[in-house]
Amino acid sequence: MVHFTAEEKAAVISLWARVNVELVGGEVLGRLLVVYPWTQRFFDNFGNLSSESAIMGNPKVKAHGKKVLTSFGNAIKHMDDLKDTFAELSELHCDKLHVDPENFKLLGNMILIVLATHFSKEFTPQTQAAWQKLTTAVANALAHKYH
Amino acid sequence: MVLSPADKTNIKSTWDKIGGHAGDYGGEALDRTFQSFPTTKTYFPHFDLSPGSAQVKAHGKKVADALTTAVAHLDDLPSALSALSDLHAYKLRVDPVNFKLLSHCLLVTLACHHPTEFTPAVHASLDKFFTAVSTVLTSKYR
Repeated sequence: MVHFTAEEKAAVISLWARVNVELVGGEVLGRLLVVYPWTQRFFDNFGNLSSESAIMGNPKVKAHGKKVLTSFGNAIKHMDDLKDTFAELSELHCDKLHVDPENFKLLGNMILIVLATHFSKEFTPQTQAAWQKLTTAVANALAHKYH
Repeated sequence: MVLSPADKTNIKSTWDKIGGHAGDYGGEALDRTFQSFPTTKTYFPHFDLSPGSAQVKAHGKKVADALTTAVAHLDDLPSALSALSDLHAYKLRVDPVNFKLLSHCLLVTLACHHPTEFTPAVHASLDKFFTAVSTVLTSKYR
């Protein structure tokens, strides 16, 4: 089980309080689809994903991004218990969605990069390290029930 | 994976904007790598790795200078980076997984310092660039 120090939890929680989940969620998912176009394979029914502007402006991308990031917010409330918190979602991603867990790492890195664009110099190496640990732990929790 | 003309334009214009800060950004990216991915420190037992370390700054400048060389030779990375490729393959032997970690921290550093310019398309081009450089640096490993 991953242990987060008090400082790491504080770094994550204080930044999260200032995140516009709807806006950032859309940007995170959008960037995933732009930077790693093969991830579009999961979103055939999302409509127009043919260009950077189409992807970033796509309402389904924004809505789904918000959904994903909202779920991430749940992780922040349960940083000491991620495996149990994400057990059902893990089964869903394996059995129904058939998502390669590598994608969880890619998405986690997109979260960090979008946070960097929003928070700039405040996104210090220490802050990044805490968030890096969290995204890795969430990715592992989401992969935990794969079989 | 090929760098398109648009990628090359994005990479070059990013490097122009970075200007004289490339060295600083290299040091910061290393610092971020060591802090986020402690296993990477195993390659630097001979360094002082505390934040602000002069050795890390100097090494960051080395890395940045190599990337600047790469930017000037986007059409022929294998040739331009051949000596560095030899160094990494036969002497340093840094496990290939680490190139992704440093590349990610370079992207985070650039995103922090140039958020407006770091559009999704530019982000994609830079990710491809760092991947291409990493591929060349590990190309002689076996």
